[in-house]
Amino acid sequence: MLAQLDATPVETPEIVWAGLLPLLILSAGALLLVMLRSVVKRLPADVEPHLITAIGPITVLGMWFAAGLAGTDVPLAGLRDDMGEPAFYIGLALVMVLAGTLVRTMEIGLDAAITVGLGLSAFAATWGIWDDRWQVTGPFNAIGDQFAVDGFALLFAGVLAASVVLVALLLDGYLRRESLDGPEMYVLMLLSAAGGIVMTGANDLIVIFLGIETLSIAVYVMAAMHNRRTESQEAGLKYFVLGAFASAFLLYGIAFTYGATGSTNLVDIQIFLSSGQLVDNGLLMAAFGLLLVGFGFKIAAAPFHAWTPDVYQGAPTPVVAFMASAVKAAGFAALLRVFMLGFFSHVDDWRPAIGALAVLTLIVGSVMAIVQSDVKRMLAYSSISHAGFILVGVHAASLAGINSVAFYAVAYTFLVIGSFGVLTVVSGVGDRATSLDDLNGMAKRRPVLAFMFTVFLLAQAGVPLTAGFVAKFEVINAAVDSEFYWLAIVAMLTAVVSAFLYLRIVLSMYLGTADGDAADLGDPIPKAAGLAIGIAFAVTVGFGILPGPLSDLASDALPALIGAG
Amino acid sequence: MPEFLTDWGLLVITFVPLAGALLMMLIPQENEEAHKQVSLLASLLALALGIWYLIDFNYSDAGSLQYVVDESWIEVINSRLIMGLDGMSLPLLMLSVFVMPLVFIYSWDHIPHPGNAKSFLILMLILETGMIGTFLAQDLILFFVFFEVVLLPMFFMIAVWGGEDRRYASLKFFLYTLFGSALMLLGFLALFFLSKDPTTGELLRTFDMRVLSDVAGAGIVRSSQLLIFGGMFLGFGVKVPLFPFHTWLPDAHTQAPTQGSVILAAVLLKLGTYGFIRIAIPMLPEAAEAWAPWIGLFAVIGIIYGALGCLAQTDMKRLIAFSSVAHMGFVMLGIATLTDFGINAAIFGMVAHGLITGMLFFIAGSVKERYHTLEIKRLGGMLLQAPKLGWILGFCVMASLGLPGLAGFWGEFPAILAAYQPANGIPEETFRGYMVIAAVGTVLAAGYLLWLLQRTAMGEAPEEFANDPEIVDVKRIEWIAWAPFLFLIVLFGVAPGLIFEITDPAVVESLDNCLQLEGGCEGVAAAAQATFGG
Repeated sequence: MLAQLDATPVETPEIVWAGLLPLLILSAGALLLVMLRSVVKRLPADVEPHLITAIGPITVLGMWFAAGLAGTDVPLAGLRDDMGEPAFYIGLALVMVLAGTLVRTMEIGLDAAITVGLGLSAFAATWGIWDDRWQVTGPFNAIGDQFAVDGFALLFAGVLAASVVLVALLLDGYLRRESLDGPEMYVLMLLSAAGGIVMTGANDLIVIFLGIETLSIAVYVMAAMHNRRTESQEAGLKYFVLGAFASAFLLYGIAFTYGATGSTNLVDIQIFLSSGQLVDNGLLMAAFGLLLVGFGFKIAAAPFHAWTPDVYQGAPTPVVAFMASAVKAAGFAALLRVFMLGFFSHVDDWRPAIGALAVLTLIVGSVMAIVQSDVKRMLAYSSISHAGFILVGVHAASLAGINSVAFYAVAYTFLVIGSFGVLTVVSGVGDRATSLDDLNGMAKRRPVLAFMFTVFLLAQAGVPLTAGFVAKFEVINAAVDSEFYWLAIVAMLTAVVSAFLYLRIVLSMYLGTADGDAADLGDPIPKAAGLAIGIAFAVTVGFGILPGPLSDLASDALPALIGAG
Repeated sequence: MPEFLTDWGLLVITFVPLAGALLMMLIPQENEEAHKQVSLLASLLALALGIWYLIDFNYSDAGSLQYVVDESWIEVINSRLIMGLDGMSLPLLMLSVFVMPLVFIYSWDHIPHPGNAKSFLILMLILETGMIGTFLAQDLILFFVFFEVVLLPMFFMIAVWGGEDRRYASLKFFLYTLFGSALMLLGFLALFFLSKDPTTGELLRTFDMRVLSDVAGAGIVRSSQLLIFGGMFLGFGVKVPLFPFHTWLPDAHTQAPTQGSVILAAVLLKLGTYGFIRIAIPMLPEAAEAWAPWIGLFAVIGIIYGALGCLAQTDMKRLIAFSSVAHMGFVMLGIATLTDFGINAAIFGMVAHGLITGMLFFIAGSVKERYHTLEIKRLGGMLLQAPKLGWILGFCVMASLGLPGLAGFWGEFPAILAAYQPANGIPEETFRGYMVIAAVGTVLAAGYLLWLLQRTAMGEAPEEFANDPEIVDVKRIEWIAWAPFLFLIVLFGVAPGLIFEITDPAVVESLDNCLQLEGGCEGVAAAAQATFGG
C-alpha cells in the first residue's frame, strides 16, 4: 500500500507567485508589522522621525520592485530593462527624495506610514500585473484553478489597495486624537484587505468563503476597536453576530451548490450547468437564495441591511470608510464572479431575485435616510441605496452591466472615503459630533472642507461633472440597454429621493448657525487626513469630467469574467 | 477671423464665464472690487462674442446649424462634444449673454445679505456657462450636463442669499427639477437605444441631436415614443414650469435674491421650452402630435390658474412669479400647436418674457430695497415718491399685459392666433377652445397687472413711508442696468421681424420632417413693420 502511494504522488498545483503579489504584500506586510511592533514597542525619539521619513523612499523602491516583479514571467526582467540609463537613476533618486519630503511634511506616524507604503506597493503590483499579463495572455490562474488573476480581480484588488492607502491616512490622525495609537488597527485592515483580494480572485466557493471570513473577522474587531465608546463595542458585537449568521447562510448555500452541481469550483459549475444535465433544480434554487442572503449581508442590501445604520453609527469613522468602500467592493466582486461566471446559464432563475433585492434596497436606502438626524446614519442608509444601484447593474447581467458595476465600485470607493474622511475630521473627540445640527455653520468654520464635502455629497446624488453621475449613468444605461425600464425608473426616482438627504446635509453646512458649544472648533485638519480627502476629491471630480480612462479600464477588465465561462 | 468663430468660438463663448469664475477663485475674498470687475468683464466678453456671432451669422441659412464644433468627449458612452448655432438658438443665446452683464452691473452695489460677493458672483458665472452651453449643445448628454449644471448655482443662490424661507424654497426647486430631469435622462437613453436608421433599419446608438432630429423617431414603436416623450415632457415641463409642476416657481422666485429671480425668469425658464422645441418635438414628432392636446390643456390651465393666482397674491414678487406661470402658458400653447407659426411665436414669447419679467423682478428688488417690504397693501404712491421708478413699473406692466407696440404683444397674440389652426392631426375644435380660454387669460392679465400698478404706484404714499429718506428715485447703476432692457422691449415691440426672421427658417427646418406646414410668419412680421414703422 505504502509503496503504491509513493508511486503516484499527489499532483500539486503550480503556483504563479507573481500573480499573488498584491495578496502577499498585504498579508506578509501585516504579519511583519505586527511582529516588528511587538518586538520594538517604542522607538527612541531621535530615531523614529528618520525612520518614518525613510519609509517614503523605501515605498518608492517597493512599488518599483513590486511592479517589476509582478509584471513579467521572469522575475526582475522588467527591472533590468529600466536599469543602465543614467536618466532613470536620476529620476528614481528625485522621486525618492520627493517621497521622503512628502512623508516628512505629512507628520504621519510610523504604523500609518508603513501601511500606506504596503498599500501603494500592492497597488503598484496590481498595476504591473495588469500591464504585462492581462493584455497579452488573458486571464490566468495563480494557484491551480482556485485563484484567478484576471482583469476583473485586478481591478478590484486595485480598489482595495487604494482604499487601504486612503483609510490609513485617515486613521493616523484619528487614532492619535482618540489616544488609540498602536499598530493593531493597521494590521487588521491589511489582513482584511488581503481577505478581500482573495474574494475578488477566488474561483472556488470555498476560497471565496475563506476570503470573506478573513475580511470579515478583521473588520468585526476594527468596528469594536474604540474601547472607550460603548457604541463602538455594540457595533462590533452586532456586526459580528449578524455577520456570523450570514456566513452560515453562505456556507449552507455553498453546500447546496455542491449538492446540486457536484463541485465548488466555479468553472466546473459553469460547465456542468450549461450542459443541461441538471433536470430538477430545486436544490440549486435554494443555493441561489442562501448565497444571496450571505452576499446581501456583506454588501448591505435590504432586507439584510438592518445592521448597517447601527454599525456605521457606532464604529470608528475611518473604519466605516473602510467598510463602505473595501468590504462592499469585495462583496460585489465575489457576488458578480459567482453569479456571472458560475451560474450564468441560469441567469433567468436568479435575475428576478437580484431585481427584487435591488428594488427593495433602493427604496429602503433612500426613504429611510430621510427621517434620520445623524449624519453617519444618513450616510449608512445612503450606502444601502448605493448598493441597490450597483445591484441594478448586476441585474442587467450583461457586459455593460458588469462594466457599470466595476465603474460604480471604483467611483463609490473614493466618494465614500472622502465623505467619511470629512466626517472623521469634523466629528470631534469620541466621534460625538455627528448629528446634523453639529454640522451647522460648517461652511464658515471650514470653508474648504465644507466645499469638498458638498462635492462628495452631490456626487453621491449623481450630479453631472462628478464621478457619481457617470457611475449612475452607466448603471441606468445598462438597465435600459437590457430593456429593464421599470428598474431604471425605480432607480432614478429613488436617486431623486436620496438627493433630498444630501441636500439636507449641504443646507446645514451652509445655512445653519452653530451653537456656542460646538464640538468642532475648526482645529487644524491632520495633514494626512487632508491628503486623503484631497485625493478622493481629485478623483471624484477628475473622473467626473473625463471618465474615459477609468471606464476603459473597467471595460478591459470584463471579458475575463464572461470569457472564462 | 471667422475661422475663430467656426473652430473655437462656441467653446470660448461657453467657457469664458467659467474661466472668469476660476480666475476669481484665486483672488482673495476681501478684494470685492476685483471680483466685480472680473465677473463683469467675463460676461462682457461673452456678450462681445455673442454680438460677433450676431454679425457674422449667415441669415440666409438660418435653418441649418452653423459654426459646428464636433470633438470626441466621453467615448465610452458615445457622447460627443457637439455644439452649433442656428436660428432657434441664436435669439436665446443672445438673451443669455445680454442679460448677464446687466445683472452683474446691478450687482455692483446690490450684493444681497449675507454678503460674500466672491461666491455669489462665481455662482452666477457658472450659471452663465450652464445656460449658454444648454442653448448650444447638440448632443443629448452634453445638453443634459449643462441643463443640470444650471441647477446647482441657482440652488445655492436661493439657499444662501435667499429670504426667510430659503431652505424650503431651495430644496423644492432642486428636487422638482431633479425629479423631472431623472425621467428625462431615461427618455434620452431610450432614444439612444431604440433609434434606428430609417433606410437601413440599423440601430443608430447615438446621442447626436442632429441625427436624432433627422430620423425623427423612426423605428420606435408608437407606445415607446409616447412614453419617451412623457419622460421628456416631465423634465422640460417642470423647468418651464407647466401647470401641475409649477409650484416650485413662486417659492423659488419669492425667496431668491433679486439677481436670482431675474436670471430665473429671464433665462432659466426658457431652458424648458427650448428643450421642447429643440429636442422633444423634432425627435418624436409622432408622439408630440399625440401629446399636443394635453400640452395645450396644461398650458391654458396654466394661463388661467396663473392669472387667478396673481389676483390672490399679496406679495409683489410672488405676483410676478405667478404671472410667469401664465406667460409661459402662452409660450407652451404656441408650442403645442406644432405649427411654425405657433413655435415662432413661442420663441418670441420666450425672449419677450425674459426681458419683461426680468425687468419686473429688477423693479421688485429695488422696491424691496427702498421699502423693505413687497407687501402690496403697504405700498403705494410710488409715482409721487419715486416717479421714474413708478413710470418704469408702469411701462413694464403695460409690456407684460401685451400692449401692442411693446415686445409682450408678439409673444401672446400670435400664440393665440396659432391655436385657431393647429397642425394636421391635432383636434382643431379643442385648440379653438383653448384659444378662447387663452384670450380670456389676456384679459385677466390686464386685470392683475393694472391692479398691481394701481395699488403700488398710484395714490398717496402710505404714512409709514411718507418721509422715509431711503425711498429715492432710480439710481445711476440701476439706469445702466435697466436701460438696455427697456430699449429692447420697445425695439422688439415695433420691429418683431428682427426675431421672427431669424427663427422662422430654423423652426421650419425642424418641423418639416413630418409635419404639415402653415403659412410662415413673414406675413405677421411684415404687417407689424408696416403698422409700427419699425
